[in-house]
Amino acid sequence: MSDYNFAYLDEQTKRMIRRAILKGLAVPGYQVPFASREMPMPYGWGTGGVQVTAAIMVPEDRLKVIDQGADDTTNAVSIRKFFQRTAGVAVTERTAEATVIQTRHRIPEVPLTGGQILVYQVPIPEPLRFLEPSEIETRRMHALEDYGLMHVKLYEDIARHGAIATSYAYPVKVEGRYVMDPSPIPKFDNPKMEMDAIQLFGAGREQRIYALPPHTRVVSLDFEDFPFEASKADHACALCGAADSYLDEVITDDAGGRMFVCSDTDFCAGRRTGEVAA
Amino acid sequence: MSVLQGGFADGPRDAAHAFRAAMGAMARPGTIHEIAGAVPPAPLSVAAGTLLLMLCDPDTPLYLAGALDRAAVRDWVTFHTGAPFAGPERCAFAVGTWAALGRLQAYPQGSPEYPDRSATLIVEMERLEAAGTMLRGPGIREAAALNLPDTAAMAANAALFPLGLDFFLTAGALVAALPRSTRVGGLSDVRSG
Repeated sequence: MSDYNFAYLDEQTKRMIRRAILKGLAVPGYQVPFASREMPMPYGWGTGGVQVTAAIMVPEDRLKVIDQGADDTTNAVSIRKFFQRTAGVAVTERTAEATVIQTRHRIPEVPLTGGQILVYQVPIPEPLRFLEPSEIETRRMHALEDYGLMHVKLYEDIARHGAIATSYAYPVKVEGRYVMDPSPIPKFDNPKMEMDAIQLFGAGREQRIYALPPHTRVVSLDFEDFPFEASKADHACALCGAADSYLDEVITDDAGGRMFVCSDTDFCAGRRTGEVAA
Repeated sequence: MSVLQGGFADGPRDAAHAFRAAMGAMARPGTIHEIAGAVPPAPLSVAAGTLLLMLCDPDTPLYLAGALDRAAVRDWVTFHTGAPFAGPERCAFAVGTWAALGRLQAYPQGSPEYPDRSATLIVEMERLEAAGTMLRGPGIREAAALNLPDTAAMAANAALFPLGLDFFLTAGALVAALPRSTRVGGLSDVRSG
């Protein structure tokens, strides 16, 4: 390693991203515009998360990257290798050993600690975007704290389906002020967002960064008579037996066979070797 | 000392370490972090000088308040960051003692659509200690405490949320931060940790 500047990005880009991160931490849940760079991977593959990770990384970091909870999928492997090559940092698959965790669409099952930083890859940072396509309008709605439309959407879910059908990217309200998209994590993970670690969100194509300091109040939107529910598949993991982890459904043959296994591969492997307490 | 001296010895890595300290401070208001790397000309502290090198560049107008607005400091900042100088009304960053920084209303507060477009003030302090004004809010588990230069002004700033200024407090090679999201005051003379 040495043919790249440390962590790939040039220093002026890092300063720009770092300034955006600091403003994001100062106004939790507000989406700070930033001048997203082209990265050597396509939009949609975590360019926002990669830029945030590159801007916060120090040489002593130990990086973990997960894609839907798994360390061994293409996206996670590629990003891990990218930082091994451009920053020379150590990597790990163990949640507890990582100092920086970049994630696509999951929060690890093991609670994160104060020394860790969780970086989310975000496709559409604007929670109101599918309700209001105009950026000028959504920006004004955030400014005026005008979130009625989001409640109408959740209400229409109930009217049509008898329950709030939104199961991922479930909107949250941060410190009673900004409605925020938690990225497409399953709503099972929403309650974990009040945590000890710093959470940073990077949306590369949409050019937004936002953040949650530790212990920030994060409330999933709901109604008194239809309270938020962190749901998961009603099974235990077929490999480790965990009844309290988020599960992926895996099709095992073409005759309808299927199994449910932990989405968090490190958690599941740790339970099977006895390293993670049952 | 020449203006050419006192920059980061290893730019990318020194800046990365400095940012982690600054981010830790901003994410956990009231906590005090070591930050170093720059050797700025007097009377700029190591912490303030390091913050300037790590955050400022030609995109960020900088206001040098009071005694800091002198040739040695201007030349050093210009050589190492290229940041243009500006008055309080259109700066992105300002640095100085609390008295020199003056009225907070003079600085950009951000707009309702873009609350991020507000100034960040680097306040040079005699000392930093986790005692004094009570802090609550994002980044704080229950409560923290920090010796603020002016609790009433900080409380008024916090009342503007989501608008308002964000502060780094520096003393020697130490940095703490007070974002606008922190609710200050309530109880006085509490000691945390």
